[in-house]
Amino acid sequence: MIYQFFSNLFNNQIIGYIISGALPLLFFILPFVLVAVYMERKVSAHMQDRLGPMRVGWHGVLQTIADLLKLLQKEDIVATPNDRPLFNLAPVVVFAGSYAAFAAIPFSSAYIGSNLDLGIIYIIAATGLVVAGILMSGWASNNKYTLLGAMRSAAQIISYEIPTLLVVLSLIMITGTMNLETLSQMQTGYFWNWMIFGGPGLGLEKFLLLPFMIIGFFVIYISTLAEVNRTPFDIPEAESELVSGYHTEYSGMKFSIFFLAEYANMFAVSAIVAALFFGGYQSPFGYLGNTLGAHWLVPIEQFFWFTVKGVFFVFVQMWLRWTLPRLRVDQLMAVCWKYLIPIAFVNLIIVGLITIL
Amino acid sequence: MKEYLNNIWSAISTIFIGMSVTWKHMFVPSVTIQYPDVKLDLPERERNRLYVNMDDCIGCDQCARACPVNCIEIETVKSLPEEDLGKTSNGKKKALWVTKFDIDIAKCCYCQLCVFPCPTECIYMTDVYEFSEYERENLLYDFATLTPDERVQKKINYEKLEAEKAAQKAAAAEAAAKAKAAEKKEDNKEQN
Repeated sequence: MIYQFFSNLFNNQIIGYIISGALPLLFFILPFVLVAVYMERKVSAHMQDRLGPMRVGWHGVLQTIADLLKLLQKEDIVATPNDRPLFNLAPVVVFAGSYAAFAAIPFSSAYIGSNLDLGIIYIIAATGLVVAGILMSGWASNNKYTLLGAMRSAAQIISYEIPTLLVVLSLIMITGTMNLETLSQMQTGYFWNWMIFGGPGLGLEKFLLLPFMIIGFFVIYISTLAEVNRTPFDIPEAESELVSGYHTEYSGMKFSIFFLAEYANMFAVSAIVAALFFGGYQSPFGYLGNTLGAHWLVPIEQFFWFTVKGVFFVFVQMWLRWTLPRLRVDQLMAVCWKYLIPIAFVNLIIVGLITIL
Repeated sequence: MKEYLNNIWSAISTIFIGMSVTWKHMFVPSVTIQYPDVKLDLPERERNRLYVNMDDCIGCDQCARACPVNCIEIETVKSLPEEDLGKTSNGKKKALWVTKFDIDIAKCCYCQLCVFPCPTECIYMTDVYEFSEYERENLLYDFATLTPDERVQKKINYEKLEAEKAAQKAAAAEAAAKAKAAEKKEDNKEQN
């Protein structure tokens, strides 16, 4: 969609590819990361009765930019025992994995990188690439802490993909589509048409589905939280026991690429949750553009609503981070294999039975 | 099975309790202060950087002797009889030039023991606590008000005075010895 627009505009396919590829990075991920890092610091500070950054700009709003400038100036250290090619490649792979997910995320009805029919499955597969990058970085750093962190991360991400996928499957059974664009279109209208409230329509099915959708939402939110290595599931990068895990040995720009990937991933999973359960880019109560008759306003409003939903779930991730302590490794595995997967399975079966009826 | 469901219930309910606690704390006014801009009021009897008011110092060396870590070093020189050093604010007459009054604040343990013996209350603790330095030598505070030249001059003056006194004494002693010797001679003569 967006690629066609740009290749027509410049009459050149390559320029079209480059612009449509760089667009979400430059106009969405970088500003989002700037805001999210600031938000993370402010949220954590206020939850601990502190003020957080206050000195760079008004209430420290320019703190992230100052940090970015600092990271740019830092020396790029590659120690002699490191495996150089893998070490240099790892941040790129991690970022590519989380960036690839943005290709299929529907930001608004007018902007979706690629309108894939396999949208949601593609996103889950692409974010799986992050595991490879994390393992590469942990191994190439040649450091016992990074290796431990990477191993834990791999175990964690792979096991938590199962409940995520099971919940996604139950949604696919209800809607009959894996295309995120169509999924978002289905939830149009008012907020009671969202999947969390049982999806569109007002039949008996909606009220039967409602409790199971809420369970599904909890399961997918917890498991995506674990997939992006956020507290309480941050054992791969536990600051206090593993000295930040797999990115201990990185400095300067490579470290900031890891950072960028982590925050991009946070938004990606929040966007998935928003798109699956909370109507995607649909407004909860109609559009201003439709009532005013200015239809060009609708996609902009949709983009606004999508960003608001995404940032809200990112905020909830931060909220959880400053509420809950870190899980032990065995507790982490117990949560996944003993609780989330059976619950997701039972949920899947019940949802399947309801859709058959 | 019952335990399993109980675990799920307690996990979810306690997460929500915890989240409500952190949510409330979002709106609690911050307990920290913006330190270099805002400073806490110090307690009434706080002990921080030492200060010496040299106008009142009589060079009695009592503070240096009280100091448990020997961080105060004082050297004094007696004034010439014709010099008037003035009086301290509580009426004591000053008689000594203080040619050296160094406090090594890096050694100081802030015990305040030097403050109490001072007869003129000229050494005291201030409320300044931000005096970090990049060089250790900068922590050696020199309180003496005389210029380096004056310090040397005062010493020379005093030594001259002493020398003069010594010369006078020696002359007097010689004269006395001569007189004694003369007396002895006369005595001997008389005896012979």
